[in-house]
Amino acid sequence: MSLAEPAALPVATSAPPRLHALRRFAAGLKASLPAYLLLLPSLVFLALFTYGAMGRVFVDALYQRTTPKAPVRFVGFDNISAVLADASFTGAVVNNLLYAVGTAIPSIALALLFALALSRTNAVTSALRAALFLPVLIPMVAASALFLFIFLPNVGLLDYYIGHLLPVLPNWLGDPDIALYAIMIITIWKNAGYYMLFFLAGLQAVPEEVMEAAHLDGAGPFMRLRHIILPELRPTFLFVTVIATLNAVTQVDHVFVMTKGGPSNATNLVLFYIYQQAVEHYDIGKASAATLLTLAALMALTALSFRTLANREGGP
Amino acid sequence: MKLLKGLFEDAPLATRREITPKLGLALTVLLAIVWLIPFLWMVVATLRPASDGINTMAELIPSAKPTLDNIRDAWEIGDFPRYFLNTTFICTGILLVQFVTITLAGFAFARLAFSGKTLIFYLFLMQLMLVPVLLIVPNLRLVAQLGLYDTLTGVMMPFFASAFGTFLMRQAFEAIPTELEDAALIDGAGLLQRIRHIYVPLSLPSFSAFAIISVTSHWNDFLWPLMVINSPDKRPLTVGLSVFTATAEGTQAWGTIAAGTLMVIAPLLITFLIFQKRFISSFVTSGIK
Repeated sequence: MSLAEPAALPVATSAPPRLHALRRFAAGLKASLPAYLLLLPSLVFLALFTYGAMGRVFVDALYQRTTPKAPVRFVGFDNISAVLADASFTGAVVNNLLYAVGTAIPSIALALLFALALSRTNAVTSALRAALFLPVLIPMVAASALFLFIFLPNVGLLDYYIGHLLPVLPNWLGDPDIALYAIMIITIWKNAGYYMLFFLAGLQAVPEEVMEAAHLDGAGPFMRLRHIILPELRPTFLFVTVIATLNAVTQVDHVFVMTKGGPSNATNLVLFYIYQQAVEHYDIGKASAATLLTLAALMALTALSFRTLANREGGP
Repeated sequence: MKLLKGLFEDAPLATRREITPKLGLALTVLLAIVWLIPFLWMVVATLRPASDGINTMAELIPSAKPTLDNIRDAWEIGDFPRYFLNTTFICTGILLVQFVTITLAGFAFARLAFSGKTLIFYLFLMQLMLVPVLLIVPNLRLVAQLGLYDTLTGVMMPFFASAFGTFLMRQAFEAIPTELEDAALIDGAGLLQRIRHIYVPLSLPSFSAFAIISVTSHWNDFLWPLMVINSPDKRPLTVGLSVFTATAEGTQAWGTIAAGTLMVIAPLLITFLIFQKRFISSFVTSGIK
């Protein structure tokens, strides 16, 4: 009996190390089973509607599918080149870039102003915060219904109250040179109160002692803003910029309700173009190619900004 | 990621001292008034009789003879009770399934060790960056293949799993002391029992924050239901309102449009005004959605 035990030891150690690792791996999987079962429901839906969708959009972009019944044809990168050559797609990209910059900068600037002004909590600032936050809660479709009247030529709110101060009454949604800026106003109105919350949260990270010390040193409010508050808020800025950019690409409900991309494609945005290709022209190939290009651009942008964010926070 | 962590904490959102000079506050007060004008106009226009004519439509001062005619008209033209029911059904359905999926997955990430944890974690993280709104084309094709085109289930399905909710619950579960679980373990409680009787009851604030974000965003969804739904009787509020607006716009019935809009946004706005603090801290939490 006592001899058998030392004899068993060399046998175990002489087993090939690969088999050993495999056994350990199998044991690991078995121990992991409960976790996998808990994750399964989520993973099924993520696989279907996120990763699977990514894969399908890539495959769909390689095929031509124009009508529901027409035969499907492999066309390689033809859809992608067709989209890139399509003036209404490139126009939508340009519009979207302009729209992103034109909505992000004013809404972030306003959000910062609101946060700085309403940083202290009392009944008045709470009411003001709520007033500025209200538009965040309403559907973009509802905001668009209200702004349709605001922008109505002659009798609408804007023309009725301040239109007379302008040399000519503009046709806010009907003039191709103005329409894109008009829909930017809705977006700024809707998002500034949302970004304000992040700046309010960011302001709490500003150390009280530093502010106190600067105050005692005689630094005025603008000095403190420039040298203490703004540098402290840098991560918030980056974070809000990412969200604002994503919003500029994903919020298009107002285009549906107010302009349908017109006049003469002046308010066509990328997501509306994708919708038009898929639903109105039934060109799944082109819609998928446009989706793929947009996804690639957005993911690169998000990855880049989050890396910058991580580096900044990790670094000195 | 100090910032993201900070956002998950229940922030009171206030610094102790005033930061801007009075000028900034004055400007903000002015802008807050401007911000409210569309809402003010909506209420005033809803109560204005059509006999006042189109030229006074922009007046922000209420009419001397207010009327409920616009509300009655909107009620008759649009099928608002039906839209309201559809939207409520969609939001509740999504939320109930999400509660199950995010609780289970959140627990796995918070408390269990398993092979491939980092990899799976990154798979979840990817959903936050992928912007699901953009994947409407492949998802519409899938929903059609599953035979769910023109069904409310088809509208709900892509949102049944939520990476944001999973991370939120993971955060909440990690904060619960393991001693509590150990006691239950000694009593012989199984995994699901421990989740149900210890983790879930102690994480109710996180559930309510998630519920606010989830319901608000799906209440306001437009593009996806617009694509999935074909039958008028299955339209949610947003799609119903857009059709209603397009119809009423042709007849210049701005009072009716205002009334319809008011009916659509009132439920969420009233809920917000009651639970203001909750809403605001939930939205701060939602930063990485």
